[in-house]
Amino acid sequence: MKWPRHRDRAILAATPLVVVAAWACHHDTRLFVAATLNGVTLAALYFLVASGFALIFGLMRNVNLAHGSLYLLGAYVGYTVGDQTGSWYLGVVAGALGAAVLGVVLQVSVFRFMPGQELRQALVTVAISVVLADLMMWVWGADIYQLDPPEWMYGSSVLPIVQHYPTYRLILLVLAVAVGGGLWLLLNRTRIGMMIRAGVDDRMMLAATGVNMQFVFAVTFAIGAGLAGFAGVIGGSALSISPGEDTRYLLASLIVVVVGGLGSVAGTAVGALLIGLSEQYGLAYAPTYGVLFTFLIMVATLFYRPQGIFGGR
Amino acid sequence: MRASKPAAAREPATQAALAIDRLDVRYGRARAVQQASLLLERGTLAIVGRNGMGKTSLCNAVTGMVPSSGSIRLFGEEIRGLPPHRIARRGVAYVPQGRRVWRSLTVDEHLRLAHRFRRGEWTPDGIYELFPRLKQRRHNGGTQLSGGEQQMLAIGRALLLDPSLLLMDEPTEGLAPIIVEQLAATLRSLAARTEMAILLVEQNLRFAVDVADSVAVMVNGCVVRTMPAAALAADRALQQQLMGVHAQGVGS
Ligand SMILES: Nc1ncnc2c1ncn2[C@@H]1O[C@H](COP(=O)(O)OP(=O)(O)OP(=O)(O)O)[C@@H](O)[C@H]1O
Ligand SMILES: [Mg+2]
Repeated sequence: MKWPRHRDRAILAATPLVVVAAWACHHDTRLFVAATLNGVTLAALYFLVASGFALIFGLMRNVNLAHGSLYLLGAYVGYTVGDQTGSWYLGVVAGALGAAVLGVVLQVSVFRFMPGQELRQALVTVAISVVLADLMMWVWGADIYQLDPPEWMYGSSVLPIVQHYPTYRLILLVLAVAVGGGLWLLLNRTRIGMMIRAGVDDRMMLAATGVNMQFVFAVTFAIGAGLAGFAGVIGGSALSISPGEDTRYLLASLIVVVVGGLGSVAGTAVGALLIGLSEQYGLAYAPTYGVLFTFLIMVATLFYRPQGIFGGR
Repeated sequence: MRASKPAAAREPATQAALAIDRLDVRYGRARAVQQASLLLERGTLAIVGRNGMGKTSLCNAVTGMVPSSGSIRLFGEEIRGLPPHRIARRGVAYVPQGRRVWRSLTVDEHLRLAHRFRRGEWTPDGIYELFPRLKQRRHNGGTQLSGGEQQMLAIGRALLLDPSLLLMDEPTEGLAPIIVEQLAATLRSLAARTEMAILLVEQNLRFAVDVADSVAVMVNGCVVRTMPAAALAADRALQQQLMGVHAQGVGS
């Protein structure tokens, strides 16, 4: 059957990786573990951003190249609200909500009028993201901001081998796992999730069963965009917020989704892990060629599995 | 009846379940349905016709899944131009050609999803009673079912909308003869025990005649004639002429 061949191939691909990892681990255990942790936590952030992108594309086939703008808007709104109210939690909620509202507006006022026209959607959303970038520059300027998470998330936790590791990055990881689990539950255990899955399979039949697809689309867009905004606040607290972050996270989402394959939470998670790890290993071991690894992974995936590692169709 | 219910005041009994008048469906410049008119008062009407004559296009127009021009009235009310979900909520349910069950939903999820918008006589348990086979497979995914089981599921999904009009597009396609017989019996008993009108598209003449009260013939996107099912059953030459090489003789 198919499975043993897959397994053979997986083993073939994994063996050199394991050998290299074992060497790296032996060479400098601490550096290796630190790079791994950095990679996994970066992957957590990528997962948060990309899962929204994958959800939106998976159901509606909408190519939303303004997804990075949703991330950045969420970050700015989160910063402002957090700054004004002094509550980081309120900032998180506001960032996610702000992006979700913008997402619904995009769906209702833009995507609704160009179903199935990927090229037009891509061009229009690129234009929108340029406009949004200028608007955000106008409101928040070119300064670099960073949100302050609550007291207890500061500082570092004691871990084996690396000894000290920033607590906030571990929280990031926990959040990503929670969001992944939440998404899985949403898709598999709720009524709207059932509608989203049925809509991915055959949306016309879903409409003919009495479901208002525009409503399902709007809800999905709100969730996907809300995730981007949420990621913006979370990422803006771990790293920083500045103009240009929008394209960076859009690119990251695209790569993650290309590598992992669309349509499954697991695919997005695996794609995010691969990209996050390769970036951080590259940074640790071959700073000059770091970026190259990401693109090698992408090219290899496109060559051997153009639908992505977990891509079904 | 309460005064707030206009449908009752309008004496629905006098209105045809489905009245199609000069319907056109175009795909780009090609016309799939041309000036088709059709009347289904009550009971079961079959539409027969060879491949590519526009039967599916007609069904898709009635359910709002493709744009059309002309008039489609459901119990006297115009539904042409409404979006599919509104048409469904008005009581039109669709069992499409090829079943089109959702591959990532289980049998049970199909039924629960459909059982929301018009709660009536039918419940998922009622569907399981009608098709006990589905109950055994309730946790299986849509694509793990056999063709016959998928057909049962598609019918169950449609019935849960509590339809006043049920559209079925070639339900016997790809089914074993024994399953086709069971399906005919099921449809006859459904038609007898509910108020529901049925529009049945079918290439299997024997099945059409078996289930329907009258039969409409579609040629090149147009309904050319309508006749009682018994008349078609008796006229072998007409059957040959209608279906050409596809003819499946209807036994006496
Ligand atoms: N989506 C579409 N785009 C373009 N042309 C179409 C489309 N669907 C159907 N057609 C064309 O319209 C005509 C009628 O097709 P339709 O599917 O309605 O026929 P049918 O009577 O249901 O045939 P069959 O018995 O094979 O199911 C055909 O010539 C077909 O090629
Ligand atoms: Mg057809």
